[in-house]
Amino acid sequence: MKLDPAIRDQVLATVPSLRAFAISLCGNIDRADDLVQETLLRALAHIDSFQPGTNMPAWLFTILRNLFRSEYRKRRREVEDADGRYAETLKSHPEQTGRVEFEEFRAALAKLPADQREALILVGASGFSYDDAAAICGCAVGTIKSRVNRARTRLADLLAIDSVDDFGPDRATRAVLAGGGRS
Amino acid sequence: MGDRGKDDAMKHRKTNLEAVTDKPESQDPMARPATTSHKEARLGREVQARIGQQLRAMYNDFVNQGVPPHLSDLVRRLSDQDQD
Repeated sequence: MKLDPAIRDQVLATVPSLRAFAISLCGNIDRADDLVQETLLRALAHIDSFQPGTNMPAWLFTILRNLFRSEYRKRRREVEDADGRYAETLKSHPEQTGRVEFEEFRAALAKLPADQREALILVGASGFSYDDAAAICGCAVGTIKSRVNRARTRLADLLAIDSVDDFGPDRATRAVLAGGGRS
Repeated sequence: MGDRGKDDAMKHRKTNLEAVTDKPESQDPMARPATTSHKEARLGREVQARIGQQLRAMYNDFVNQGVPPHLSDLVRRLSDQDQD
């Protein structure tokens, strides 16, 4: 029996966002595409475990996230400062993600711990609810909320230091950024 | 071809960061009780909004790059195989 075309279309419809998530996570298009390919191979090999009518994007994102994290752990054993290396990769090769416009932002994002980065992307960009993001990351909803908060605080710090100009030229904005908020 | 509409559907999903950032607008800030959570108040709203904008702009840029043909071909090829 062939795969239900409706299910196939749900998979296809999710791929652009899945790929954006992969690029945001690993900061390298080639690696991201490998990750997406591996995710699709696994998903389609185990499509029976997908319950029709449930959240296809969440299911695919979970597979990709777990693949990324197991690869990340493997790399971390090989290279001690995986995070630092990742940040360096982004800094020295912005073309690896295809564009230079978001270089500062991506460099800051790369400096976040992986758990904060994934939480922020899932909730802030991929459009998942806190509940879905918690299910994808296999943790409590409160944990996701606190990771998102910490990610935003850290990004605000990093971007205020590194690229205030990207955030807007007006002095009021600079003051807010530099002060971390009004007192 | 039919993919495009679905891609748009993905793009239009509401982002919850935005929802959180915008939350104070649903109530009069002046009327907020003094006990309002400091967790959300700690970062200026403008800073939060700008971080959200940058994040979505970057992400949507990736989404809009499109999907390499080999990835969508892979899905179609595997879908056409027997699933047993």
